[in-house]
Amino acid sequence: MNAVLRAARLGFLRSLIEFKQFLRNPQEIIWTVSMSLIFLIVLWFQRNSDINGVSLALLTLPGLLGMTIAQGGFSGTAGTLSYDREDGTLLRAKAIPQGMVGYLVSRVLYIIYSTLISLVILFIPSLFLINGLTDVGWLGLVTFAWLFILGFLATAPWGAIIGSVVKSSGSGWGLTFLPLAGMVAISGIFYPISALAGWLQALAQVFPVYWLGLGARSIFLPDSAALNEIGGSWRTDQTVLILSLWAIVGFLIAPRVLRHMARRESGSSMEDRKQKVLNRGY
Amino acid sequence: MAIKNSKPALVVEDLRMRYGDIDVLKGVSFSATQGEVLVLLGPNGAGKTTTIEILEGFRGRSDGTVRVLGTDPNEGDERWRARLGIVLQSWRDHSKWKVHELLHHLGQYYQPYSSPQRPRPLEAKQLIQLVGLEAQANHEVYTLSGGQRRRLDVAIGLVGNPELLFLDEPTVGFDPQARREFHDVIHRLSDLDNTTVLLTTHDLGEAEKLGDRIIVLAGGTIVANGTADQLASEYSSQSEVIWTHNKQRHVHVTGDSTAYLRELLNKHPAGITELEVRRASLEDTYIKIVQQHETSRTAKTGEQ
Repeated sequence: MNAVLRAARLGFLRSLIEFKQFLRNPQEIIWTVSMSLIFLIVLWFQRNSDINGVSLALLTLPGLLGMTIAQGGFSGTAGTLSYDREDGTLLRAKAIPQGMVGYLVSRVLYIIYSTLISLVILFIPSLFLINGLTDVGWLGLVTFAWLFILGFLATAPWGAIIGSVVKSSGSGWGLTFLPLAGMVAISGIFYPISALAGWLQALAQVFPVYWLGLGARSIFLPDSAALNEIGGSWRTDQTVLILSLWAIVGFLIAPRVLRHMARRESGSSMEDRKQKVLNRGY
Repeated sequence: MAIKNSKPALVVEDLRMRYGDIDVLKGVSFSATQGEVLVLLGPNGAGKTTTIEILEGFRGRSDGTVRVLGTDPNEGDERWRARLGIVLQSWRDHSKWKVHELLHHLGQYYQPYSSPQRPRPLEAKQLIQLVGLEAQANHEVYTLSGGQRRRLDVAIGLVGNPELLFLDEPTVGFDPQARREFHDVIHRLSDLDNTTVLLTTHDLGEAEKLGDRIIVLAGGTIVANGTADQLASEYSSQSEVIWTHNKQRHVHVTGDSTAYLRELLNKHPAGITELEVRRASLEDTYIKIVQQHETSRTAKTGEQ
């Protein structure tokens, strides 16, 4: 047990070292910030329009925050895992005693850091940009922290599953980005879900993105805005229920898939992937 | 050569590996004692990498008995894992880490497995010296040349002060000096620390220089197993006669060197300034072994 705890601590250290490396790398920072900047520009244009006295920007921001959680948990996890399989980081962890413990701890923490960064970059300027956002208060932020944890638990295991089964880091990214974009499109992130066809609304309510957006809106919008939602309420109980279901099923499946993938990981499987990358010519 | 402990570090008996209907390994048996340097030679697709991956515990096997440091790799726990050092063919990980930082960090995983006889981990600074990366100690890994990167991989393989070290083609991309230094490192490990080494290579000179024993794998079976000298005398009765006469150099390959020499000296009673008789090189032997195998085999060969 001592060695396991030690490896977990080393995983924490690793996440800090790699986060420092991220902070020293302007290219990666720009990549991370640029998405949030685009959203901020959208919010900037929306700042003066309002619907029923609520700023349009204030209506959009929670959806963006919810989406960012899903993106970090789902795409972030899948991308990291598939990349680490390709370049040998995962195999290195396997070759070291308790290395997998350290690896998993470091990756979970790192993905949390980078998701938080994206959220902060979006949130802090919005405080100055959007009227009514400061009304949320500390209680709202604590509730949002809960939503963050629940959303992360609901999406990260599914990202890990995708990251374990894909054959290359490119498809790790593609296979999560496209479904995510699809979910975002039908989940009422950029416009009210009530504008969509009934079957699309039903489909959207199966996936976590809709509930993360709804949960975030319930925190940041005045209660009167709930009337615009399906059923005219924030449906907090259902939000917790559905996100928890995704988390539970995800955590039932993901460890098996991860173990199976890790067992199969070897020098020659990595070499095969490298050859494929070289053959593609990039 | 140091006195070797006779305790077996590696025992492989009738190892078989089958993918679908292709037999990659068809009953491979060999063993290594502690402190021995074992070289695995063989053409591509002979099953070298498969064998080494099974021993590392990275791959299951279809059949046979395998004991690595007394443990079946399929059941090897983390305590067992800590006693192994592994250097694979292609590693591109941790490119943004600094050399010293990475070695130091990975070494810390080994500390709970330290013992007075075998302190773990080895100090990063000392390892960096050992593989000659002092000038790059604070450089990021992605700035290293191919050979430097390979030396870092070897250093990482050594950081846990392993009792058994696996090296899959370790010197690819080394310049001659780096190669020479690497060979010294391997000698030191096996002589001073009693580390067992299993390495694969395509470089026959390297095999001859490093290997206490050489195993030639072809088509999933061991076709030769012995010291370089044993292999040469077993597989080749040919010798090479090299002489210089009137400033001109000649080479002749013969099966009966004594008769040839007698004839040669009779023909030139004077004027021979250099004369050398050499048994066939390991390269000749190796090619002969593999050719013999290729012509005699009837079964289909598999990919590695």
